[in-house]
Amino acid sequence: MSMRIELDEPKCVAAGQCVVVAPDVFDQRDEDGVAIVLDAEPGPEQEDAAREAAAVCPAAAIKLVER
Amino acid sequence: MSDSVVPEYPMQREAKCPFAPAAGVRTMTREDPVGKVRIWDGSEPWFITRHADQRALLNDPRLSIEETRPGFPHMTRGRAEAAKHTPPLITNTDAPEHTRLRRTVNAPFMVKRVEALRPRIQEVFDGLIDDMLAGPKPADLVQAIGLAVPTIVITELLGVPYADHKFFQTNSSRTISHESTPEEAAAAGGALAAYLGELLQQKMAEPAGDVLSEMGARVRAGEMTASEAVHMGVAILIAGHETSASMISLGTLALLRNPDQLALLRESDDPKLVANAVEELLRYLTIVHTGIRRIASEDIELRGRTIRAGDGIIFDLSGADWDAEEFPEPEKLDLTRTARQHHAFGYGVHQCLGQSLARVELQIAYGTLYKRIPTLALAVPFEDVEFAMEGVAYGLKSLPVTW
Repeated sequence: MSMRIELDEPKCVAAGQCVVVAPDVFDQRDEDGVAIVLDAEPGPEQEDAAREAAAVCPAAAIKLVER
Repeated sequence: MSDSVVPEYPMQREAKCPFAPAAGVRTMTREDPVGKVRIWDGSEPWFITRHADQRALLNDPRLSIEETRPGFPHMTRGRAEAAKHTPPLITNTDAPEHTRLRRTVNAPFMVKRVEALRPRIQEVFDGLIDDMLAGPKPADLVQAIGLAVPTIVITELLGVPYADHKFFQTNSSRTISHESTPEEAAAAGGALAAYLGELLQQKMAEPAGDVLSEMGARVRAGEMTASEAVHMGVAILIAGHETSASMISLGTLALLRNPDQLALLRESDDPKLVANAVEELLRYLTIVHTGIRRIASEDIELRGRTIRAGDGIIFDLSGADWDAEEFPEPEKLDLTRTARQHHAFGYGVHQCLGQSLARVELQIAYGTLYKRIPTLALAVPFEDVEFAMEGVAYGLKSLPVTW
C-alpha cells in the first residue's frame, strides 16, 4: 500500500488546518496562504496525519489516492 | 418530523445549563434534523443541526451565501438592511469571486505567520497576568484577561494604535449586538469604517509591517479596492474581538466547573494536550449560537425532504457539535477526546479566516493561566455569574475570580 496526495488547488481557502495536522506533508504559499504539498507520496509514518489533514480540510480540497 | 408549531429561532439556552445548546436545538438534532424554524421576519428557513449534514451541505456548490438574493434568511433586521449596501466580501460571495477575495486576505492568518506571533502574544498574556495578580481581589477575568488579549493582538496585527482600543471595543460590540437598533449598528460600523479608511491612507503613505499596510499595497497594485480593504479591516476587528474574549472567559468558567479537566491542563506540559483541550473547549462551547446562513440555488434532496431553490437554510453549529452521533456523550467536557472535526469555526470554504490566530491565543491562555494561578477560583456562586446571551456569540458580562 502506498499513498499519493492530490491537492485541488483552486478549491483551497488557506484555512491552514492541513499544515497544523501534517506539517511534514503540507505548507502554505507565502503570498496567499494556499496549500503546497511538500511530500506527495508520504511514507507510512505520515499516512495517518495525511488522512486527518484530508478529513479536516474545510474545502474538501485534499484527495488521497491509496493503492 | 412534526406538523406542530414551527419553533422561533434563535432559541434561548436554559439558565441551569448555560453551556448546553438550547433545549429546542438538541431536540431537533435528535428528532427533526431537517426541520424548519421561524425567524424575525416571519419566514421559515430550513434548520440543519446534524454534523454529517452540515459537512455535506456547507461544501455543496448548490448553496449560496449571497445575502442579496431574495429569501436569504438574515440574522436580524439590521443585517438585512446592511446587506443592501455591503460591497462584495469574503462573507457574502460564492466561488470564484470568493476565492479571489479570500486569497487577498489569507496571508497574515497563515499558520507560520501566526506562529511567529506566539512569543509576543505570550508576552502580552504574561504581562496581563502579572497586572491582575498585583491588583485587588477579586478581579474580573473578562476585563483583565479575556477582552484584553484579543484587543491587543488584533490592534497590533492590523496596526491600529492601542490608544484607540476603547473606541474599537465599544463600536464593534455595538455593531454586532442584537440589542442595537439597525441605526445604532450602522452608525457604529460607519464610525469604524471611517477610522480605518483614514488609517489605511496613512499606511499607504507610510507602510509598516502590519495587515492594513499589506492591504494598502494590494490596493495600490489593483488587487483589491480601498472599500474592500476597509470592510475587511472592520470585519477582522469585529470577528477577532469578542469571540476570543468569550472563549478565554467561558473556557475558564467551564474548566472551573470541571476540576478534573482543569487539573489535566494545570499538571501537563504537553503542547499536544493543550492543543487538544482548545479543540474540545471550542466544540463544547461553540459560542456562535445564532446559526450561519445560506440560500439554496438549486433543489437539494436531504433525508427524504426537498430543499427548494430559493429556500433559506440555517445551520446551528452548536447542534452539530453536540450531535451524539459524532461526539458521544457531548455534554461531557473531555479534553482528551477527538474533537478537531468540530464546527465551532463553521465548515466549508467560509470557515473562519482567523482560526489559526484564535488557536494560538487560546493555547497560550489555557496553557498558561491555570499554571500561573493554580488556586484560581470563582469569587461568586456559579448561579450569580452573568452571561451575555444576546450577541452572535455568547459570552460572559463579567467573571469575578480570586486566588
